[in-house]
Amino acid sequence: MKIVLQNLTKTFPSRNKKNRADVIAVNDCTFEIPDGRLIGLLGPSGCGKSTTLNLICGLLKPTSGKIYFGDDDVTTLAPEHRGVGLVFQNYALYPHMTVKQNIIFPLENLKGEKKLTKQQMEEHALETAKLVQIEELMERRPSELSGGQQQRVAIARALVKMPRVLLLDEPLSNLDARLRLQTREELRRIQKETGITTIFVTHDQDEAMSISDMIVVMNEGVVQQIGKPQDVYDNPVNLFVARFLGTPPINVFEGKIYGNTLYIGENAVLTTQGLSDMDVYVGIRPEGFIPEENGPFVCRLNRVEVTGRDSSVISTHTCSLNGTIRSIINSDCVINTETDTVRFSLKPHKVCLFHKETKERIYFSGNESTQRRQ
Amino acid sequence: MDNNNKKAWLYLLPAVLFLAVFMVYPLIDVLVYSFEEGYNSASQTYLGIGAYNYSYVLHDPYFLQAMKNTFILVMITVPVSTMLALLISLGLSSIKPLRDLYQTIYFLPYVTNTLAVGLVFMILFKKTPYTDGLINLMLAWFGSAPVDFIDGPYPAKLFVLCFYTVWVVLPFKILILTSALASVNRDYYNAARVDGTSKFRIFCRITVPMISPMIFYLVITGFIGAFKAYSDAVALFGTDLNAAGMNTIVGYIYDMLYGDSGGYPSYASAAAVILFAIVLTITCINLLVSKKHVHY
Repeated sequence: MKIVLQNLTKTFPSRNKKNRADVIAVNDCTFEIPDGRLIGLLGPSGCGKSTTLNLICGLLKPTSGKIYFGDDDVTTLAPEHRGVGLVFQNYALYPHMTVKQNIIFPLENLKGEKKLTKQQMEEHALETAKLVQIEELMERRPSELSGGQQQRVAIARALVKMPRVLLLDEPLSNLDARLRLQTREELRRIQKETGITTIFVTHDQDEAMSISDMIVVMNEGVVQQIGKPQDVYDNPVNLFVARFLGTPPINVFEGKIYGNTLYIGENAVLTTQGLSDMDVYVGIRPEGFIPEENGPFVCRLNRVEVTGRDSSVISTHTCSLNGTIRSIINSDCVINTETDTVRFSLKPHKVCLFHKETKERIYFSGNESTQRRQ
Repeated sequence: MDNNNKKAWLYLLPAVLFLAVFMVYPLIDVLVYSFEEGYNSASQTYLGIGAYNYSYVLHDPYFLQAMKNTFILVMITVPVSTMLALLISLGLSSIKPLRDLYQTIYFLPYVTNTLAVGLVFMILFKKTPYTDGLINLMLAWFGSAPVDFIDGPYPAKLFVLCFYTVWVVLPFKILILTSALASVNRDYYNAARVDGTSKFRIFCRITVPMISPMIFYLVITGFIGAFKAYSDAVALFGTDLNAAGMNTIVGYIYDMLYGDSGGYPSYASAAAVILFAIVLTITCINLLVSKKHVHY
């Protein structure tokens, strides 16, 4: 089921006595989610991603704007008529029911033609339980399950009535790191097997990048960028997206363009054709540094961290906004740690320029290789 | 005994002493009294030991009347007040405007003196030479003959007593249930809503099981409280409850000790032990039933 959000806005009345202005949780969101994909809704805490999810599932009514499932306008439809399955952050499994009763519960609500016999319900429940691999836990209570198992039960409960859209609110945040890795693979598998359009909310960019077909990056209620995870990573449209995606984070410097050359401090690091002279922010991905004896970019060396596969060079520069600069280099490169400076040359396609005021992306000749891929 | 142990007992001593003197000793004493036949409180002597006191109490028409009153009171007021409290707290938790005001109003009976409330009920129900009472006035609008609720027929008196009891115990139950309802995670309701659960089914399958421990607590304390009812009857019908036919078990015990026909601690003790046995049985039954239906 294709999902279309059109100029979706949600405001909440202000509780603040001094500032009566409404709180805008979601601001004029317009995007389209293709059928049968796994979409990660990504953003920092409080950016409106959970509100967006609740708007899609119908628990909240939008202040303005439209929501379409396929060609149906579902904006004013109550959640139960939208055909959505929702998995809550805390799973919201009914503690007084067994796993089986929990999974059957949505089926028992069906009325009229859709009404199922007891046996059909049990069959459906067992089928779904098999899909998420909990069929041997059917008689247990939620309190007798581990976090990961509870998560599966919650997904099974959301899937059992074959929703058109599956929504997950921070599905992995209550799991420990190891289980999180496992469960996200599981999520990917379940989505692939069922083919249901799935949207999940997360603030963990790793999670979103690793399993989504598409990510939607939000900040302060506004959609910043939509695209395939790798594209968004390679080609952030503004400084926020650039800084939000990637671990370790992108290194940001104050720089300026003067005479078709990009300067960071005194160092002329790159040539930039066709840009007028101005002040810019320069974002350089950690993997965008090449250590070179005569490289143009001179930093003060702090230390080198070796992890085996690659090494991180930790250095500082007066123009850096991150504090320290972290650059990841091939472990074959030998850095002389005796000296207190390290020199880099830069990979132009790993360098992003942003406008000083608007923080929007400025494309230059060196970005062509990544731009062409889009 | 090592030093620490001695110290521990020393610290416990005040509480243990207090409990022993004012709780354990009287309890044992009541049991002893109840088996001493023909006890004379002036000379502190008795004739023999046996079950005669129980036999006397169980054959005393006043006690049987008291028992009947108490049982009817318990069986009516506990379910009625719990249901009513549940309905009212559901209403309270689903409205937004003026909720605090309503909560305060519903809580008023709890902080009002029993005797003051009794007086109000007198005005509502009592027939005097000047007026038939407010309720009778209202009954007259529907063409009904005035009923004497205080000195009249037994069902009318029982109705007033039950009405009064329900009204007095409601606030506490509402308080407990509203906070229990508020503590149910909203996500359960949202999850049920997304699955298209009807309001009634949400109430039966989610709300009630979720607050079942609190309901159970209210039922148990309600039973015990209703079995111990006494002051409510006094507030409505005066101190001579036997004459009014509205005595309760605790009222009977009090009368046997201090009333006009009093001075029989043995009979009073026997009645008290019988009351204890009844309450114990009911509570045990409650506990057994709750194992199946209460979800912690």
